[in-house]
Amino acid sequence: MKLKYYGLILCSALIASGCSSLGVKPWERELLAREDMLMDSDALDLAFDEHIYFSKEASSGGQGFAGGGCGCN
Amino acid sequence: MKKFLIVLLLAISPVKAEIYDIKQLDLGNYQGKVVYLDFWASWCKPCQESFPWMNQLLTRYPADAFTVITVNLDAETDSMHQFLGKVKADFDIFHDPSGRIAEEFKIEGMPTSYLIDASGKVVKKHIGFYTRDIEKYEREIEELL
Repeated sequence: MKLKYYGLILCSALIASGCSSLGVKPWERELLAREDMLMDSDALDLAFDEHIYFSKEASSGGQGFAGGGCGCN
Repeated sequence: MKKFLIVLLLAISPVKAEIYDIKQLDLGNYQGKVVYLDFWASWCKPCQESFPWMNQLLTRYPADAFTVITVNLDAETDSMHQFLGKVKADFDIFHDPSGRIAEEFKIEGMPTSYLIDASGKVVKKHIGFYTRDIEKYEREIEELL
């Protein structure tokens, strides 16, 4: 029984650690920074989205990753 | 005339920056100088904006007291060379395609730069490059010189 618990804890730890390195590093965003990776296929849809974002956040832009994705440019 | 044309061509063509492997980077070699260490990549637009300013810094401050070193983090060497064909760089570039040094310096955004004093201590860290903050960056450098 005890062994079962240990096994369960070990499995949970292994599964949880799988989420520890999600995402890309700031210097690995070359592909994401490409213009054709922007979510702007529909200009009207993009305009609506930007308008809503501006209304809610009082800021605009930041859709692309060419600024490094740190939210600083 | 021929000589004049060659001189003119050399003057207008982008200066070839020296490119080294990241393994050759030893910050200990720069002790005694204030160092502006910049991490950049070819796809990062603010990085490109910072290049003319970094070139200018080298002409403004004495070479025996100040230098600019940059680390390129492009995974593809070609991307870096293409960028340098378009943008003038007068400083040494260390190429770190694996991001090993970036990992050590805990880079949070592109570009990230560090201001290192003459004793080798990191004094300031800038995430991003803002043209509106140029005066502040320069003041920080001048305080160390």
